[in-house]
Amino acid sequence: MTGGQDASRAQPGGRQVIAGQQADLAQAGVPQARVGEVGAELKDASATRAEVCIVACAEAWRGDGEIAASPMGLIPTAGARLARATFEPDLLLSDGEARFVTGTWALGQPPPGPVEGWIPFRSIFDLAWHGSRHVMMSPAQIDRYGNANISAIGDYARPTRQLLGVRGAPGNTVNHPTSYWVPRHAPRVFVPRVDMVCGVGYDRAAIAGTVARAFLDLRRVVTNLAVLDFGGPDHGMRLVSVHPGVTVDDVVASTGFELAIDGEIPETRRPTTAELTLIREVIDPSGLCERELPG
Amino acid sequence: MSEDDVIARLRSGMTIGIGGWGSRRKPMSLVRAILRSDLRDLTVVSYGGPDVGLLCAAGKIRHLVFGFVSLDSIPLEPHFQAARQRGAIGVTEYDEGMLQWALYAAACRLPFLPSRSGLGSDVLVVNPELRTVRSPYDDTELVAVPALPLDAALVHLNQADAAGNAQFLGDDLYFDELFCTAAEHAYVSCERIVPTAELEAGGLTRLRVQRWMVSGVVEAPNGAHFTSCSPDYERDEVFQAQYVAAARDPDLWARFAATYLSGDEAAYQHAVAASRAGATA
Repeated sequence: MTGGQDASRAQPGGRQVIAGQQADLAQAGVPQARVGEVGAELKDASATRAEVCIVACAEAWRGDGEIAASPMGLIPTAGARLARATFEPDLLLSDGEARFVTGTWALGQPPPGPVEGWIPFRSIFDLAWHGSRHVMMSPAQIDRYGNANISAIGDYARPTRQLLGVRGAPGNTVNHPTSYWVPRHAPRVFVPRVDMVCGVGYDRAAIAGTVARAFLDLRRVVTNLAVLDFGGPDHGMRLVSVHPGVTVDDVVASTGFELAIDGEIPETRRPTTAELTLIREVIDPSGLCERELPG
Repeated sequence: MSEDDVIARLRSGMTIGIGGWGSRRKPMSLVRAILRSDLRDLTVVSYGGPDVGLLCAAGKIRHLVFGFVSLDSIPLEPHFQAARQRGAIGVTEYDEGMLQWALYAAACRLPFLPSRSGLGSDVLVVNPELRTVRSPYDDTELVAVPALPLDAALVHLNQADAAGNAQFLGDDLYFDELFCTAAEHAYVSCERIVPTAELEAGGLTRLRVQRWMVSGVVEAPNGAHFTSCSPDYERDEVFQAQYVAAARDPDLWARFAATYLSGDEAAYQHAVAASRAGATA
């Protein structure tokens, strides 16, 4: 149930978050008296690329309701915290160790709490198999149908570059929604064929059968250049929006396979002033995301 | 028991499970004892961290069963990377949850457990011995994760009594009791051995490793170093960074090994303390 949160703050629509912004910011620990001031100050300031990406990552969890958001990496983590602080208040967020914690807190800092649940690794598997989770992973390679590699590059028996291992990617992808974050959109990441299928894509799931396909739900791929999804033919990757300052040609040139591109591609939505305030004052006051993604 | 008493009960070629997770609460003093031993050709099963890296560097591993190998705050384990990139070890790479299932099947004395995880991925391609199974209830096809029985398990907990009842005091048990129950013999190292009467005060629900699972207990203060053993101590990030830098350079590694890995556990702990004193002087 959503008892821990103020249900009236759940905004059904896409862009109506502003209505809840005072409450959001108050819950997030921003002194309310300063909101108007800061908002006004930021009105004409443009968001950085990192901030656009944080919001694009946050959007991945829109509509998810009361499930665990499991971001991997700084910008996805900032995005998940932003989503909960604004339009998706019922999300569960962990401290990266074994606790579900409430509130909104800064990257690199311990959460002030309170703690609302115990979530050791074993319970994370339970959560995954139950389907009540939406993970955002960061692949070394991803292909047109969403097969993703985090294990090893090159020949499997003797890789040219050993990475982490498959981790939970095979299980995550066939059990619950999965999104991806790629901080450097490039042909070496967006490849025609990944070297090791860790996260399962639509084509491979279709071959594997009904169980593999039942809960496969690849939502979006956020990169430093664009937002993509799997709404193309046969669940192929499709360009959804390009970030301010990026052209469709930039994205095409940085992608090693053919993207579905339907008509005019809009610009990725820019952060609202309330979102910028949350990011700059609460979620990432020391600018860690800017360091990860300058510009 | 001492670390060396445990190692004396192990044999080359055994399948050995190592508890903890990544660079968290690893039985490092037991791993260091294996490094000093003449054990070889081990099959190691681990949610891997520097345990796997060090054993790779020492050429102790013939085959590794893993879901990942990571140092957590430093994502990639350099010795494990090097061993894989040389083709020096055989691997069985599972989804993390499949590895849990494999241990749990062994612990329950079942031949396999059915799993959705793994379907569609290359885990089934690189491990061609894996089979699927058809559900007799709804005709769906699932991965049959085979039981993974261990000859021995090595885990490190915060405290234990002399009989082998052991308690984790941090936030996560990880899969330590599964490693113990999947194993023919389990050996627990701990920060301190306490009287049985003191265990309940540490929290009844934390008493998850029990003497029926355990063949021997080793008192090993700071035994998980340089991995974390919360709340007794956190990961030694400075030392871990030093380990990683050394592992990436043969000359530095020779020096690191001479400084830290050429003596017994007491010598290791002494060298670590000396290095800390040097850093703060």
